[in-house]
Parts: sequence; C-alpha cells; structure tokens
Amino acid sequence: MQQTRRSIVGFVLGLGLALAPAAMAAGGGALQASSTSLSDRGSLQNGAKLFFNYCSGCHSLKLMRYSRIAEDLGLTEDQVMQNLNFTGAKFGEQIPRSMNPDDGKAWFGNAAPDLSLVARAKAGGPDWIYTYLKSFYLDPTRPLGWNNTTFPNVSMPNPLWELQGVQTAVFKTGPEGEHVFDRFELHQPGTLSPAEFDVVARDISNFLRYAAEPAALKRHAVGVWVILFLALFTFLAWLLKQEYWKDVH
Amino acid sequence: MMANFLTRAGAGLQDWFNERAPTFGPFYRKHMSEYYAPKNFNIWYIFGVLSMVVLINQIVTGIFLTMHFKPSAAEAFNSVEYIMRDVEWGWLIRYMHSTGASAFFIVVYIHMFRGVMYGSYKRPRELVWVLGMLIYLVLMAEAFLGYVLPWGQMSFWGAKVIISLFGAIPYVGGALTEWIMGDYLPSDATLNRFFALHVIALPLVLLLLVVLHIFALHEVGSNNPDGVEIKKGPKGNRWSPAAPADGVPFHPYFTVKDTFYTGFFLMICAFILFFEPTVGGWFLEHDNFIEANRLVTPEHIKPVWYYTPFYAMLRVVPDKLFGVLTMFGAIVILFFLPWLDRGKVKSWRYRGTGFRVALFVLGICFVWLGKIGAGPGTDPVETIIGRFLTALYFGFFAFVWAYTYFGWEKTKPVPERVTTHD
Repeated sequence: MQQTRRSIVGFVLGLGLALAPAAMAAGGGALQASSTSLSDRGSLQNGAKLFFNYCSGCHSLKLMRYSRIAEDLGLTEDQVMQNLNFTGAKFGEQIPRSMNPDDGKAWFGNAAPDLSLVARAKAGGPDWIYTYLKSFYLDPTRPLGWNNTTFPNVSMPNPLWELQGVQTAVFKTGPEGEHVFDRFELHQPGTLSPAEFDVVARDISNFLRYAAEPAALKRHAVGVWVILFLALFTFLAWLLKQEYWKDVH
Repeated sequence: MMANFLTRAGAGLQDWFNERAPTFGPFYRKHMSEYYAPKNFNIWYIFGVLSMVVLINQIVTGIFLTMHFKPSAAEAFNSVEYIMRDVEWGWLIRYMHSTGASAFFIVVYIHMFRGVMYGSYKRPRELVWVLGMLIYLVLMAEAFLGYVLPWGQMSFWGAKVIISLFGAIPYVGGALTEWIMGDYLPSDATLNRFFALHVIALPLVLLLLVVLHIFALHEVGSNNPDGVEIKKGPKGNRWSPAAPADGVPFHPYFTVKDTFYTGFFLMICAFILFFEPTVGGWFLEHDNFIEANRLVTPEHIKPVWYYTPFYAMLRVVPDKLFGVLTMFGAIVILFFLPWLDRGKVKSWRYRGTGFRVALFVLGICFVWLGKIGAGPGTDPVETIIGRFLTALYFGFFAFVWAYTYFGWEKTKPVPERVTTHD
C-alpha cells in the first residue's frame, strides 16, 4: 500500500513538473482585464450594435453569418437586417467587407483585416482588443495623427474618438535613456465618461470573442453534462473494478 | 425458456466459428483472457491503454473531419472554420481531434518515462522498446503533418522550418526539401500530399506498429513496478495451475481496471475540451488562427509544445547541420537505451541512487528544454542554460552506460515475488 501511495505521489509530482511551464507562460504582458462574459447577452448585443456601427464600415466578419448572430444573441431577423446589416447581404450570408482593400491601402496604408478570429489570434484574446481600443493617442509623427501603445504604429485611426475623447500619451525616460510609456491624459473629453467608455470597449471585445468562437456559447453547457456523465461512468467502473479485484490477493 | 434459447444460440455460433476459424479462440485467449499480467501494476501502467484510447479517438474523429475538410491551400483554413461554425457538432469533433493530439503525446511521454523508471526496455523486452520508439517516431511525423493541414500561419511557417531541416543534409539537402514540398515553399502541393500522408499512409504504419508492439509484449509478458519476472516465479493461481502465481488474467481484471482509469482520463480531457480547448495557446496556438501568408513571418516561429524540447536543442546549437544532428540524435539515442544500460536490476525501486538521480535530472532537462523551445529564444542566458541542459540530456545516457558498465551501481536486493498490488 505504501508503494502504491508513493507511486501516486511521484506521479502527481511528475505531472506538476510537466505542467509548470504552462502555468509560468500564463502571465503575459500589460493587458488590462476586459471582464468579458459570454453569458452576458446584453453585453453581446450591445457589442454587436457597436461593432456594426463603428467597425464594420471597414472590417469584414467573413466567417460569421447574420443569421447566426440573430440565433445566438436572441435577435429577430428584422432586428438584425434593419439595425446591423448595412451591406445588403442576405440574412443567411456571411458578413462581407464594406471597404475595397485597394482603398484601404490608399487611405490608411493597409487593407482593414477581417476580424472573425482576431480574439483568438491575439495572445490575451478579448483583453488584447479591450486594451487596444483604449490605447489610441495623438501622435503628430504618424500619417493620420494617431498611434496606439498596444499596437505601435498601427495604420488605423481611433474609430471611437467621439465617444472616448482624444488622449495624449505621456512618456518618461527609462534607465537607458529610452522612451517608456507612462500614462494617458485626456486632451479633449468625448461624449462618454471614462467608465462608460470602458463598457463600450468591453462589449466590443465580448462580441468579437463570441464571433471568434460561436461554439463557446454551447461548449460550456454541453461540457457540464459530459463531465457529469463521465463522473457517474467512472464511479460505476470503479465499483465494477472493486468487485472483480476482490478475487486478487 | 428465452435464456435457454440464447445460450444454445451463443454456443452454436461459437461452434460455427471454431469449425471455420479454429485459431480465433486461442488468439483471443492468448491476448485477453489468458494473458497473465502482474497484479502489482500501479498508476504508471495505465498509459499504454490510454494511448490506444487516444489513437482510436484520433482515427474516428479524423474520419469525420475528412468529410468536411478541404485539402487545398485556398480552402483549408476556411474549411476548418466551417467545421467549427457550420457543421453540426463540428466544433466538438475538431476539439476532440486537437485535444487528442496533445493528449496523445502526454500519455506517450509518461508511458516512455515509466519504461525507463521500471526498466521495461531491458532484456527480454528490447524489441518491445524498439517498436515503441518507432511508434513514437511515426507519431511525431503524423502530428507534424496534421499540424500543417489547418493552413494557419504556424502551420505554414512551422512546416517551412521543419522541412528546411532536411536542407542541412550535405549535397542533396536542397533538392530533398523541394522534393518533399513539391514546390520552393510550402504550398498547395505540399498541403495536398501531407493530407494524403496524414490520413492514410502514416496511420496504417502506426496501426501496424502498435499491433507489433503489443504482440512483442505478449510474447515475453509485461514488466511491473518491482521489475520481477513473474514467469520465472512460482506457478499456479486461482485461474490456472500453469500460470504465474503473481499474474492476473488481463480480461476481465485489467480491462475493468483500465475502464475505470479511462473514465477518469476522459474526464480530464473533457474538462480541457469543453472549458479551455486552446489551453492558453499551448494546444492550439494563437498564430494558427491567422491564415497562412507567405509574405508575413510571425514574430516567433515555434512548434507545438510536444516538439519543443528537441526544437530547443536545435536552436541552442550554433551550427545548423550539427544542430539537426543533435536534435535527431536526442531521439535516436533512446533506441539504444536497452544496450547502453547494462544494469541487471530493472526497477528504480531497487536501483542505485545514481540512476534515480540521473533519471530525475533527465526529466527536468526535458521539461526545461521544452520551456526554452517554446519561448522566443532571444535571451542569451537561456541559450547557455539550453546548451547545458542539452549536454545533461546526452549526459544521462553516457552516465547510465558508465555507471552500469564499470559496476559503480550499488543496487538493493530485488524481492523474489511482486510486493504489492492495489
């Protein structure tokens, strides 16, 4: 019995050793927590509204269908077609780009990327989007006058400046004389308070998190039942094993 | 009345088979109901069965994925997302396959480590070990080919880096890489042939090797945590007077035990699959959610976690050809372990302290190298540590050889019979 216990302890130790790098890597950079939640349907609906009003003018969501958004976010076909669809695409179709990529290149230096998977492609996911949306600042050295601390020298100007207002960035001098970002200062207030704007950034991040993996809405609900089933199965298998192993001495 | 009828029908069917295929019954008995496995197997002994469970999972989910996947550079990436979004339960099938790939390596690594702990590669099981190593080699190739198929950024650039390793071979290297890819870069031709190799060629080889691995094992019988040969011990147990006294029929005793552990294992897998299928970018990497683009190089090109210990060795060695040799050497040397380790005592329970410490150090080297290989590789201190760990990794084999060849090992007495069971 002691040997058995020792081997289990050794096994758990070994497993801990193997998983240690994963835990260490979970740290990450200076992203702000977005507090997004896929179970908050109001936030997802608001995020969809904001996305289609402020983002979809340039960015496509080519892996998402309008009909899927309606189904998953509890909206009717009319609501989606009248409030979210500005492209003339059909209800069952995928969300196309509105801006010609050549125009994007001419106007901004880059074509606007598709955002279907952005929440999965960035380490930090929705937290990255949230921090990015809050990190635009005035920079006269950039062609369009905007820069971003999360995505330095990004081609895109701040699409939400009316809501957020206009920020400037304050830099301090680092130990080796380099510029280190210190903080933002609100240069010109927007129509929303900083707290209200945080909600805007959160809801867009939440919507894009959903758009990157619509299955996530279903995944958790199914997963609970699968694990409960497996727990029962494992318990019965354990009883069966105990019954058989009574014979072994 | 009904039961009587069923019993007679069953017996009749059995007779019918026995008359036409008289070897089926003995085959089943040899490998299942009269295969006597040591009764003292502990938790480390479940990973062989678990790897077969994962193998079956990969084959079944793989079949369903091929029904929807498009093996072309233009369509592959979107077809995977089509599976994730538009195919009914497609996301579940895909996550079962992607989680299964990582789970496969977890159970295989533990299975291999167990083999070293308890000396399962030693005489008379050298062939079992060598066949197992071949399985591991084919599995690495299979996983690499599969990783290219979703045609994300990491698929493309990972493929480019791995295939370019063949370019380090003198004289034929350049021509060889073009022959593998069917192009000058990973392209539609590469993806299409990798699909063929991933879904049919290597799975066939893998299945054949698994069968041979098990046959070879059943010829000599299983080792156990005490490293005692139960076939050489006393005979006679409650099932057969000729069978080893410390043996228990594989079926039903180990089949029920393995069913219990499999249930437990599936719970862990289900937890990952349903609640954190990317495991924070370790099982499914962030860059692979961006479609392959030959004009944009990702910031850090790194393989999936299960290759990173070897990838770290490749990176810390300054010369390309020597780096490739080191990396492949790290795998090749494992094949020779049964002949490098000349110690007569199998289980680390009774082996010298030197061996136990060395094995512990080997485990740490492997995990730490894995961490280095998964990182950006820009820290010069880390490169020095990586070289030191690589030397230690190979040092394990040199040490074990010298330790046992010159008789420096002080072993403890091995018991006559297995000591315990749970």
